[in-house]
Amino acid sequence: MKLLLAFVIVLVLSAVPYIGIKYAGMSYEFGVIVPYAAVAVFILGFVYRIVKWAKSPVPFRIPTTCGQEKSLPWIKQNKLDNPSGTSGVVGRMALEVLFFRSLFRNTKTELKDGPKLAYGSSGWLWLAAIAFHWSFLIILIRHFRLFSQPVPYLINLLENVDGFLQIGIPTLYITDILLLAAVLYLFIRRIAIPQVRYISLVSDYFPLLLIFGIGLTGVLMRYFYRVNVIGVKELVMGLIALKPAVPADIGSLFFIHLFLISTLFAYFPFSKLMHMGGVFLSPTRNLANNNRMVRHINPWNYPVHVHTYAEYEDEFRDKMKSVGLPVEKE
Amino acid sequence: MGLIDILSGKKEIIEKKWFDMIAASYPVNASSFLKNQKEQFANPVGNTIGEAVHTVIDVLIHEGTNEKANTCLDKLVKVRAVQDFAPSMAVDFLYMLKQLLKDELKNEFHTGGVYEEFLLIESRIDTMALFSFESYLKYKEKIYELKVNEFKNMAFRLLERANLTFEFKDEGPAFEKSVLERDTVK
Amino acid sequence: MTDELKQDDLVKINYKPPKKDWMDTPVNFRHGTYIYPARAKNLKYLDLPNPREWSPTDEDWKLPENWKDIILNGMKERLDKYRSFKVFMDICVRCGACADKCHFFIGGGDPKNMPVLRAELIRSIYKGNFTAAGKILGRLNGARGLTKDVIKEWFYYFYQCTECRRCSVFCPYGIDTAEITMMGRELLTLLGCNVNWVLEPAANCYRTGNHLGIQPHALKDMFEMLLDDIEDRTGVKIEPTFNRKGAEILFVTPSADYFADPGIYTCMGYLMLFHELGLDYTWSTYASEGGNFGLFTSHEMIKRLNAKIYAEAKRLGVKWIIGGECGHMWRVIHQYMDTMNGPADFLEAPVSPITGTKFENAKSTKMVHITEFTADLIKNNKLKLDPSRNDKLRITFHDSCNPARAMGILEEPRYIIKNVCNNFFEMPENTAREQTFCCGGGAGLGTDEMMEIRMRGGMPRANAVQYVHDKHGVNRLTCMCAIDRATLTTLMEYWVPDVKVTGVHELVANALVMKGEKERIVDIRGEPLKEKKGEDDV
Repeated sequence: MKLLLAFVIVLVLSAVPYIGIKYAGMSYEFGVIVPYAAVAVFILGFVYRIVKWAKSPVPFRIPTTCGQEKSLPWIKQNKLDNPSGTSGVVGRMALEVLFFRSLFRNTKTELKDGPKLAYGSSGWLWLAAIAFHWSFLIILIRHFRLFSQPVPYLINLLENVDGFLQIGIPTLYITDILLLAAVLYLFIRRIAIPQVRYISLVSDYFPLLLIFGIGLTGVLMRYFYRVNVIGVKELVMGLIALKPAVPADIGSLFFIHLFLISTLFAYFPFSKLMHMGGVFLSPTRNLANNNRMVRHINPWNYPVHVHTYAEYEDEFRDKMKSVGLPVEKE
Repeated sequence: MGLIDILSGKKEIIEKKWFDMIAASYPVNASSFLKNQKEQFANPVGNTIGEAVHTVIDVLIHEGTNEKANTCLDKLVKVRAVQDFAPSMAVDFLYMLKQLLKDELKNEFHTGGVYEEFLLIESRIDTMALFSFESYLKYKEKIYELKVNEFKNMAFRLLERANLTFEFKDEGPAFEKSVLERDTVK
Repeated sequence: MTDELKQDDLVKINYKPPKKDWMDTPVNFRHGTYIYPARAKNLKYLDLPNPREWSPTDEDWKLPENWKDIILNGMKERLDKYRSFKVFMDICVRCGACADKCHFFIGGGDPKNMPVLRAELIRSIYKGNFTAAGKILGRLNGARGLTKDVIKEWFYYFYQCTECRRCSVFCPYGIDTAEITMMGRELLTLLGCNVNWVLEPAANCYRTGNHLGIQPHALKDMFEMLLDDIEDRTGVKIEPTFNRKGAEILFVTPSADYFADPGIYTCMGYLMLFHELGLDYTWSTYASEGGNFGLFTSHEMIKRLNAKIYAEAKRLGVKWIIGGECGHMWRVIHQYMDTMNGPADFLEAPVSPITGTKFENAKSTKMVHITEFTADLIKNNKLKLDPSRNDKLRITFHDSCNPARAMGILEEPRYIIKNVCNNFFEMPENTAREQTFCCGGGAGLGTDEMMEIRMRGGMPRANAVQYVHDKHGVNRLTCMCAIDRATLTTLMEYWVPDVKVTGVHELVANALVMKGEKERIVDIRGEPLKEKKGEDDV
């Protein structure tokens, strides 16, 4: 049900620009207004969310420690999993953000029942997550060839590496395959593993399907139904230069692609996709475990009622004296 | 072909089906975890079920002694005694096996010849079921015993102190009686 | 399928949860799965709201009339005060990496014991009331309205979490269920929905300084008994001081160490060690509790109970503090104390008077963990040890959740253990150190009315102990947590009856060669040092 709904939403989202372009001739709306609006929503929304998070203070330093603390000089500290200073924290965050260190912890393999190797399912989760996120990033960077004239050297280099298999014309990019495969895996996993299906919401299926739609339209455009790339670049450069103009004959497939991307951008700040920004603000990961070395300040620390020693002694003075415990007041 | 040979041939499928039936007695999303996580420390419950399933069927087919099966059954019942099961459900997995065997052997029953042998196996399963019931009760009693012990440990020194004062003050018949009672508690 | 089998299936409906969405599955308070509610007198003593007599099995929980506003305002306040809470509410992608990391899920299979779903219990309310998407899309976005059933569900499941933080190790965003559970319990506290097992010790601690409510004269009496036992077993007479002004060091440990079995043997270890060193230290009857059940109630309660330690250190004029073996106590001391009740500028940065070692890692809080202190002594050859006195023990070590995942104090206890005994065996890698499994009774769950839940929650831990028991003949489980010493004892009695539980400093007590001691023929428990041949065949 949830799944079906997500699917229908993505289909509708794909149909909207198709109908708009084909039958209403709304290429300006879909080529200019929608992308501008989406980017505006994305930037404003993203900043809003980050500011909103940042506005809540971090009252306590609560890192989750995953290795030996810094204590006596002869005990070897695990600086990455239990950092005590900034460099360690940066290292820990880098491992976390770039390589999904915590997710990787799941990939324990054990010998069981003789020679049979059992892999935790989460090992595949880590692999798919890495494949997905990195492919997405590389594909995004590759798209910068549409944003710049001349195309920077680094982007050309990246394209060459990505297409090193040299298969087909146009050259097959590995990341295209990886992205679609990884999204598909993450999607199937959501349906196939009962625990995960049980917790999944429409807002979990939807982004996966949306990104799959983006990837699929992109692949179709590149390998099967070629669109007018010169026109696309013209449009994009126009958008960048704030002198938007829509060249004719770009092809409705491109507009579907663009519209889905716009949807992703606009949807991003209001969804769980914000984990991209949130991971940097997670207090269990981005703080050093130097609690007993450096005092952490809680901005809203307020005085509380305590049971003072004087009150305590008043209640128990006689009993304390009877067994020779020293008291303040006789 | 005798029943043992038939069962030997179907061993793997019976083990799998029986395991699935037991796993199905857990919440839907837990049963797949029990089945799929093979690592013994990450999934102790699934592992205990697997071991019991394997051993019981092995014992039935290879005419092993029940004792071998009992160890594993005891372990499994120990787990189920602290899970969310009504007593009947906690030990019903052997009845599941009986039903499973009946289903699996339906054709053979019709062609005849194995029914007598099956009755023998069935009665062995019944014996195991009775054993499991005893285990279940043993562990339920254990739970209550633990509750009492825990209370004693928790205030060990306080109780000791209370007992001491009692011991020295109440001499005479009442004291002796209390000492006797204390010993029986121990 | 035959008819009989179908009948079986019908009966099964009794306990098999419906395949319905989790939001449509209300909780069922069954005896053995919930903790008794807090007595009115305890709430009153701690000035907590809505004191009353009630039971979770009642239809009407006697919530305040404006309970909904209280919860929603309480949530808003906490979202504004704690970035952790806000970020954790927003960024979960429900990847499921945590799902099978919770000991309660592994041992019992209840879906709402998956950390992700435990968080969704509160996240759904957050979405429904504090996010635009949730308000518009409702259930489609995982949002729901706040009803009394939600409160009941929170009470049930936030008291089925031991705040052990194991899931947080595996979460790619570090989402910490302990933090979520703490928020959930704080909100429940606003309605007076507390459990007695937590609030009674908290009230006792507030008033008398310790969880059991032992008054100062009785406390001293209890120590006399420990000292008698030590003299009986070692021939050494020890005379510790209490509430002594001008001592160099204040020592604070969980009260279970001096009144509960087997904690007392660990306590004897401290007493013997400090005596042997001639340490200038004092105990306090006012700050006679290291444990802090405020951690299981609310941040405010943590601060109120914890304040005594610094206050007493200041009153007595000590230079610094040593803390005993405890788990959640150290979460509070390490991660909260200095922030809440510091700065401790009236104390000095800790320096061991025996070795001269400066404890750089405790220079601000000025409180040193006893295993840091002892490991340093051993490293500097300041103790005469005879590890063969522990030879009848085959030992493994359980990393307690908080020292492992909130401090990372992993090697210090191992170093000590390896120096005071000869037979030490590690448990499997994915059940030790930062991946350690909880005892199943932490965070205020260690009560007998929760016995079934505890036994199944502790099963993954017990299973690993069983493994080293079978493989290496392990017969002693060492830990450095007072709650562990109580709950693991019970857990072992059920799952691995041949294994007894011990503290690190009990092992030190056995091995420590003291000046003027008599020939040691019994260990600190009064049991023969050497097992008679054939009696112990493991």
